[in-house]
Amino acid sequence: MLTTALIFWPLAATLILLALDAPLAKGWALAASLVELLLTIIVVVQFEPAAGNQFVVNYPWVASLGISFYAGIDGISLLLVLLTTLLTPLIVLSSFKNSYDKPVSFYSLILFMEAALVGVFVALDGFLFYIFWEMALIPIYFICLRWGGVNRGAVTLKFFIYTLAGSLVMLVGLIYLYFQTPGQHSFAAEALYAAGQALPASTQGLIFWAMFLAFAIKMPIFPFHTWQPDTYNTAPTQGTMLLSGIMLKMGIFGVIRWLLPVVPQGVNEWASTAIILSVIGIVYASCLAIVQKDLKRLIAYSSTAHVGLIAAGLFTLNKIGMQGAMIQMVSHGIVIVGLFYIIDIIFSRTSTQEIASLGGIRSAAPLLTTVFVVVMLGSVALPLTSGFVGEFLLINAVFQYNHVVGALAGLTMILGAVYMLRSFQQTMLGETNTRTRNFIDLGTNEKIVLYPIVVLIIIIGIYPAPLLKISEAAVDSLWNVIANYQAVNQ
Amino acid sequence: MSDLIGLIPLAPLLGFLFIGLVNRNLTKGWVSFIACGSVFVSFVISIALFIGLLNAPEGQSSLTFTAFDWISAGNFSVSFSFLVDPLSSLMMLIITGVGFLIHVYSVGYMHDDDGFHRFFMYLNLFIFFMLLLVMGSNYLLMFVGWEGVGLCSYLLIGFWFKNQDYNDAAKKAFIMNRIGDLGLILGVILIFIHFGSINYQDVFAKAGEFPAGAEFITWITILLFVGAIGKSAQIPLYTWLPDAMAGPTPVSALIHAATMVTAGIYMIARNNVLYTLAPFSLEIVTIIGLATAVFAATIAIAQTDIKKVLAYSTVSQLGLMFVALGVGAYTTGIFHMATHAFFKALLFLGAGSVIHGLSGEQDLRNMGGLRKYLPVTFLTFLIGTLAIAGIPPFAGFFSKDEILANAFAHSPVIWGFAAFASLLTAFYMFRLFFLTFSGSTRASEEVKHHIHESPKSMTVPLMVLAVLSLVGGFMGVPEVLGGSHALNHFLDPVFAQSKALSEAHHHLDHNTEFTLMGTIVGLTLVMILIAYFMYVRGRRVPAPDTVTLNAAHKLVRNKYYIDELYNAVIVKPLNVLSKVFDSLVEKLVIDNIVNGTGKVVTWSSKTLRLIQTGNTAFYIFAMVISIIILLAAKSLI
Repeated sequence: MLTTALIFWPLAATLILLALDAPLAKGWALAASLVELLLTIIVVVQFEPAAGNQFVVNYPWVASLGISFYAGIDGISLLLVLLTTLLTPLIVLSSFKNSYDKPVSFYSLILFMEAALVGVFVALDGFLFYIFWEMALIPIYFICLRWGGVNRGAVTLKFFIYTLAGSLVMLVGLIYLYFQTPGQHSFAAEALYAAGQALPASTQGLIFWAMFLAFAIKMPIFPFHTWQPDTYNTAPTQGTMLLSGIMLKMGIFGVIRWLLPVVPQGVNEWASTAIILSVIGIVYASCLAIVQKDLKRLIAYSSTAHVGLIAAGLFTLNKIGMQGAMIQMVSHGIVIVGLFYIIDIIFSRTSTQEIASLGGIRSAAPLLTTVFVVVMLGSVALPLTSGFVGEFLLINAVFQYNHVVGALAGLTMILGAVYMLRSFQQTMLGETNTRTRNFIDLGTNEKIVLYPIVVLIIIIGIYPAPLLKISEAAVDSLWNVIANYQAVNQ
Repeated sequence: MSDLIGLIPLAPLLGFLFIGLVNRNLTKGWVSFIACGSVFVSFVISIALFIGLLNAPEGQSSLTFTAFDWISAGNFSVSFSFLVDPLSSLMMLIITGVGFLIHVYSVGYMHDDDGFHRFFMYLNLFIFFMLLLVMGSNYLLMFVGWEGVGLCSYLLIGFWFKNQDYNDAAKKAFIMNRIGDLGLILGVILIFIHFGSINYQDVFAKAGEFPAGAEFITWITILLFVGAIGKSAQIPLYTWLPDAMAGPTPVSALIHAATMVTAGIYMIARNNVLYTLAPFSLEIVTIIGLATAVFAATIAIAQTDIKKVLAYSTVSQLGLMFVALGVGAYTTGIFHMATHAFFKALLFLGAGSVIHGLSGEQDLRNMGGLRKYLPVTFLTFLIGTLAIAGIPPFAGFFSKDEILANAFAHSPVIWGFAAFASLLTAFYMFRLFFLTFSGSTRASEEVKHHIHESPKSMTVPLMVLAVLSLVGGFMGVPEVLGGSHALNHFLDPVFAQSKALSEAHHHLDHNTEFTLMGTIVGLTLVMILIAYFMYVRGRRVPAPDTVTLNAAHKLVRNKYYIDELYNAVIVKPLNVLSKVFDSLVEKLVIDNIVNGTGKVVTWSSKTLRLIQTGNTAFYIFAMVISIIILLAAKSLI
């Protein structure tokens, strides 16, 4: 019941919103997303980590094709639903000072997006998953296209085609698996898992690539990332936040739920390739971040680097790495939304996000500076910030997998400090200039968005145990599935 | 007793939070009171714990306190827990004791600064992290402190953030430290892989099962040492420390002399069991320490900025401490670290008092004759200088002599280099001392007019540190001078295991030891005399920057151009590589492949569109053919 509510409440709220007048739009969107957060909190309270999939709903949908409305929540889904429903109100709030034209459309797209994202994370039917996966693309496409910046047409089209191409390949994979299920055929996760696991190793390899491509593009990992900097840069800030904070986790989640347990032998065969691509991505994207002149692009590349580490840790198929990936997804979402919002605030005051034309903001805006410092520390994974817990576990896993690869992955510690400190120094420190002289410090609305982010970064850094606990059992059981096949292989 | 342990780091953390959150509503008086008071609370509890340990019965020389479980995933778990044993207890006394004095000093020094609140916030936060570093009962908590003090160092070096040179220095410090930190964290992970735990007690207990020279222990210890190289500013990662002098002088005293930079010494001493099992790593530690000690001392000779001289001196002294550790004399390294904390803090604070009195002047060439203007600073600085030069009975004499004796026992060559470094120390320190205080003043009339002795809040800490620099050495009077070396006894439990593991040390007989001691003290006096004749009698003053120096002098004055070298070999290539990635790989290669794929698809769909004839029969035919191809493909697989 709660699962259904989680999916349908934002949809219902979208419909209601469409009937509202423009001035009410943002308020309603905020209220609706807070209700959704409340629903999630109820789930968290009732959730039993050890009990596997809970709050399961399973209604036949297209019975003749074995498609059901089958969804449920385990620890892995819950963390991501929590992230989604936590960030959405913050993202809505962050838009309050802007006046978008057609606010009704804008906010209804955000709510619609939330429904799709939650759907992706709770779907237990392959077809349903695919529906939500594509559904999530539609609102973000329109948000970028309608409210984006320069050159948005071309950029958004590239983004759309690129990710759509990936998903179509995934659909082929899913349908292939579906036909392998016995009897009446079914898209239920268990059925697809069983079908996939029974495939010969070489076929599993093909399926691996079909699914992996879609996920790799979505995350994105090297070399499938080129849509990302342009899109992040062109999208309106709320769009960038949705993309980087939540949507890219769809890719990682996809790997966890719809790749690792589906074709474990394929994963065994290709995990090392995925790890190597991911680690190349860490170093490559970090280097690119160093030479970016635009704050938003810099953060976009930093995101690729961080996601590279998450993917690398995940594909080590080590429990430490998987748990690291889980907590790092949460941390990354919070941190990157904070960073993009800070850039938005700077842009709104100075009309620029070019690093070289900023400087000296600290003198005028101590509160913003403090917030920026904390979020930056989260990004460079200083201990006692949320970023450290995940980064340590991930580097740990990759280093265990292979010492040299682990050390290369660890370069993110150094390079991350290089590009983050550099951009912080050049925007915030030094003497003020004409653009920054009259910089106004954080307003109430901005504080309401940023303070929770700061608090979360620190609290998760100091006491991550509750979050780790949520996903622990689900990760364990996933690991058991994979470990079985690793044993078979060896 | 152990219930109080948690309070020690908590007090300065609360101080930080309180000043940070109430900020603008606090007067400077309240800020000073809270900041100094919170450190004082930690200091008092540390003393209580220290006394408890002194009187503890044999075999009960450590206390532990677990606050909560921190991170656990898979078979990895680590808790937020503290270990107080003689080693951490000694460190805690230095951190909170010297830290408290420097807090008090800063009240005077920073009084007119706009960032007064911010300064004390950072300082309190630093004490918190530094305490975590030495009190953590596992490697990861040490790492928390390790990176946390690095953050505070970053914030304080760039304290005057309007100056981009200072910000560059801060950034450089953070990044160079991060290079070391990567080594350290990989070392910690390697420990986890091989020992299955990262708690000190588990690891050291299990270490005994492995033979000396085990390859993985060598790797672990080398990786940990990489961390120490960064934090304790050794070759090749030392260049951040001289630049770090951009921070306010109390920061240089506290962070960049007395405490943070000695974290590497602490870390190796803490891991004495592992290092004893890795003779190769110890050799590396010795070589790096020795090279740094000599190299930095030569640079110090030609510097003209009072703080830069002291900074290179710190680098050099840290090198000597590593030599002590490297030859297996762990307590000696710790001993020198303790005495160094006293006299180097004293020297930096003295330098701060000079700078304060001269309205911000730091160039030795514009000083001179300050003896009569700053009598307290003069006298206490003299004590500090004598202590670092190693004149008996000042603190530095005992600890430095012990290092040299241990070095000689290990190898006369090591002794030779270490003795050379320490003789250079005596020379450059007295050069600095004479240039500052003797002769007639070279300050401009404007500055001269304002010269004043510092307020009580600054001079009292100077006096206390002077007393410590005078008597601090008596905690480790060697047998040859009729002492019993109380420090050794106190620290014994920490090093007992490694002592048992290492082959019996061949001790020097008392005659040799005495001869060495006499030689060094004699030569030190000669160095002081040389400095005296050059800078007091000869009234020499370092040449102004406009004068062309001879090649050797120029080389040293410019610090062997190491910064320029790093710039050319690391920074520039990284930038070039990144630019190549950006404009070549990213925009030209990858993006063109992606767009090319897109174009191919567009072209083929245009072509394929022609197939759409609207003829249902053709569609069915195409479908059947496709299915056949698919099935065929499948059977081939």
